[in-house]
Amino acid sequence: MRYLPHTPEDIAEMLQAVGAGSFDELFAGIPPECRRSRAMVLPEPLTEWELNRHIDRLAGRMAVAPEYKVFIGAGSYDHHIPATVGFLTSRSEFATSYTPYQPEMSQGTLQAIFEYQTLTARLLGMEVANASMYDGASALAEALLMAVRITRRPKVAVSRSVHPLYRRVVRTYLAPTGIEVREIPFDPQGTTDPAALAGAGDLAAIAVQSPNFFGCIEDLAQFADRAHAAGALCVAGFSEPLAFGVFKSPGRQGADIACGEGQSLGIARSFGGPGLGMFAAKMQFVRNMPGRLVGETVDIEGRRGYVLTLSTREQHIRREKATSNICTNNSLCALTAAVCMASLGGSGMRELAQINYDRTEYLKRRLRAAGVKLPFAAPTFNEFVAAFPPGFAQTHRRLLEKKIVAGLALEPYYPELRDHYLLCATETTPREDLDALVREVQS
Amino acid sequence: MTEFPGATGLVQNEPLLWEQGRKGRCGFSLPRRDVERSTVPEGLAGDGPDFPDLSEVDVVRHYTRLSQWNFSVDTGMYPLGSCTMKYNPKTNERQAAAPGFANAHPLLPAALCQGGLELMAALECLLAEITGMDAVTLQPGAGAHGELTGMLIFHAYYQHRGKPRSKIIVPDTAHGTNPASAALCGYAAVPVASSARGVLAPETVAAVMDEDTAGIMVTNPNTLGLFEENIKAVADIVHARGGLVYGDGANMNAVMGLVNMAEIGIDVLHLNLHKTFSTPHGGGGPGAGPVCVRRHLEPFLPVPRVRMAGGTYELSEDHPLSIGKLQAFWGNMGNLIRAYSYILSLGAENLKRASELAVLNANYIKERLKGTFHLPHDRPCMHECVFSDKLQQAHKVTTLDVAKRLMDYGFHPPTIYFPLVVHGAIMIEPTETESKQTLDLFIETMQAIAAEARETPDSLRQAPTRCKRRRLDETAAARKPCLRG
Repeated sequence: MRYLPHTPEDIAEMLQAVGAGSFDELFAGIPPECRRSRAMVLPEPLTEWELNRHIDRLAGRMAVAPEYKVFIGAGSYDHHIPATVGFLTSRSEFATSYTPYQPEMSQGTLQAIFEYQTLTARLLGMEVANASMYDGASALAEALLMAVRITRRPKVAVSRSVHPLYRRVVRTYLAPTGIEVREIPFDPQGTTDPAALAGAGDLAAIAVQSPNFFGCIEDLAQFADRAHAAGALCVAGFSEPLAFGVFKSPGRQGADIACGEGQSLGIARSFGGPGLGMFAAKMQFVRNMPGRLVGETVDIEGRRGYVLTLSTREQHIRREKATSNICTNNSLCALTAAVCMASLGGSGMRELAQINYDRTEYLKRRLRAAGVKLPFAAPTFNEFVAAFPPGFAQTHRRLLEKKIVAGLALEPYYPELRDHYLLCATETTPREDLDALVREVQS
Repeated sequence: MTEFPGATGLVQNEPLLWEQGRKGRCGFSLPRRDVERSTVPEGLAGDGPDFPDLSEVDVVRHYTRLSQWNFSVDTGMYPLGSCTMKYNPKTNERQAAAPGFANAHPLLPAALCQGGLELMAALECLLAEITGMDAVTLQPGAGAHGELTGMLIFHAYYQHRGKPRSKIIVPDTAHGTNPASAALCGYAAVPVASSARGVLAPETVAAVMDEDTAGIMVTNPNTLGLFEENIKAVADIVHARGGLVYGDGANMNAVMGLVNMAEIGIDVLHLNLHKTFSTPHGGGGPGAGPVCVRRHLEPFLPVPRVRMAGGTYELSEDHPLSIGKLQAFWGNMGNLIRAYSYILSLGAENLKRASELAVLNANYIKERLKGTFHLPHDRPCMHECVFSDKLQQAHKVTTLDVAKRLMDYGFHPPTIYFPLVVHGAIMIEPTETESKQTLDLFIETMQAIAAEARETPDSLRQAPTRCKRRRLDETAAARKPCLRG
């Protein structure tokens, strides 16, 4: 086996050096009653060539571009990934290094994460961002736990227009804590209904996602005001950070915590993971934040350098009193997002977001002209809800045979939204694809 | 004289991203405009982020230079105890990048993602066979996430039986994530000390196990690198009081093909695919932390679960007792593909051989260094061994100094000051992918450092001198946090 460097001579010499006659003797510390009763039964090892063939066979049974046109976003977006992103992030020094606990020989990762924190904070309009979390959903759950820690209140309100799968993760995290999760309905515009918040006194947080699951832009400032008036925190979620290239950032609208999914910043969709949990807050809450933080300092010669810091919040120091059990970030995904943001720059980010916005507006206009109902009037980014005539499910199925995935059916997530589909357009869906989609859904 | 790998080479300086660039540059191939421009409604429009504008060359040089300030497995030996920094095979990267997987949307209809579902189902079977457990979830995104999943399963199990419990036993050798994960589920951690032999004594566990205790979290082999030889007796005690046994599989690399976790009494076990199954650490994630359970706990596993129905795979939500979801989607697929590729490349015999060699390597280091550094538990170890700085204290040299000096010689330091039960711990896990030659060089280096500690102790206190930076002021960083530019 090419990963195991030991020759029979090496093994013999080493066994002798440790005073064991055989591998069996080497494991003398395992009592006989703890030894495995039968050997593992696994497939015969594959050569590299056989493995390629096997994986290609499996990967060949996945519907992807260019063969398929997939008009689904819903928290996982198809964006152009520059060749530089894969090339740089797959450098061994980044990909095969450990968590930078030894800063002198990890300055590359540390500076890159410090830059990621900075770009994230700037993008979200927040004062401080951490080194990242697992994904957008777990980041939201951690944000709500953080709000409960800060306010010491037992209830959180989460909008129903927050990604339904994120809300399920929230429920899972909060189930054993006794924290009550109140869901706020959405109004006919497709945005969170503020009226439903009336009389909500003892809330730790109001969590709203913008753009929300329907692609609609929420009036975050209003919810931040309401939260602050009630002594609660405003948690702003997102699953498409590219929106902040053209729309106001959560920070500018008064969010206390902004958290969401960063996959759209250069990270491959990869059937849903790994993603990137982006997490930012106001500086006054930094000591209650979960996750790792990289900070600037100097070495003994006074030269600028970076270290992991404020680790007294973390589990390896605080154990059961830690702000979170998180022991890792999604470092390589954070690096990927940083390379992508650096490649875009401020000008590129604005332009790319604008093109995404334009394409979606074009698709909306075309569909409306074709008689498709778009029930939610709120402005959107990248995705939107279309209400098709009853029985559209059949058309949707037929289009799958034509290798078009015409959006995501919303009924499984919102039973009241029968025949409603969430459609997505980005810079990777050119006009001709959008025109074809409009043609096909009418047929 | 032996030539050690550590050397100074030409390393480029590189400023922060926003200290360079010129407005109007762009390193991204922006798409052609093929539809008319629409105006973002007033009042909602923002100014866009304050990012520097860089060219593609700027970006490539920046990150290439940064990468060169890092140590990595591909650079050299990384003997970090309990971290299993084994070689990350390159073919795994190729497999994870297969366009069918890398470009797949997670919410594709089942008929359009059969390849991904088949791989997940197959990997679950492989992990069940390797661990001896009955059912597996691939959803948790890291080891600590797997622990949380395990604790949520404990919690849901007792909730379902109508008898919630409030405490959990955590040995003093445990990783800090264990008590932190348990605390998230409202469990108060009951610490128990390991015996003078460095393992759990059944009577210590019996003394604290009661009907209000959900169970115990055990890392086996433990963080002293010792097999918990009383594990079956401990499990019997816990089970007799209606408790469950959680296995932290962080150290699974020592026992593949040698121990069946179900047979030794483990009810729930998490694995770290980035340790045992060779997926790269990525400078601190993403990992993957599948959780394996015995049959009686299967109903509580996260949803959706992959299942076969009528000849095709599907994602099933039909599990009413499930704890719910840990991530938005199905798990860190990229790493699942890598681990799957690793297991298929090795097969049963080579996986077992990997564990045997990991243990041989650790014992070889232990035997050859035990006169040079103090060895608190002088008996056969598993995949890692724990020394301390006791012998160096006379020269006012600490574990930290030894660790920093190793960098100058071209090695990553071991895990230090952990486990907490050994004062000044130096925890070494070589893994099976280091050759005898590399181990000999590492041993020789440690011996040279021990000699320096006696003769020129200042060379240790001043170390490292060959890295991009010398020792950094961590106190100042925490006192006045500067967390962004």
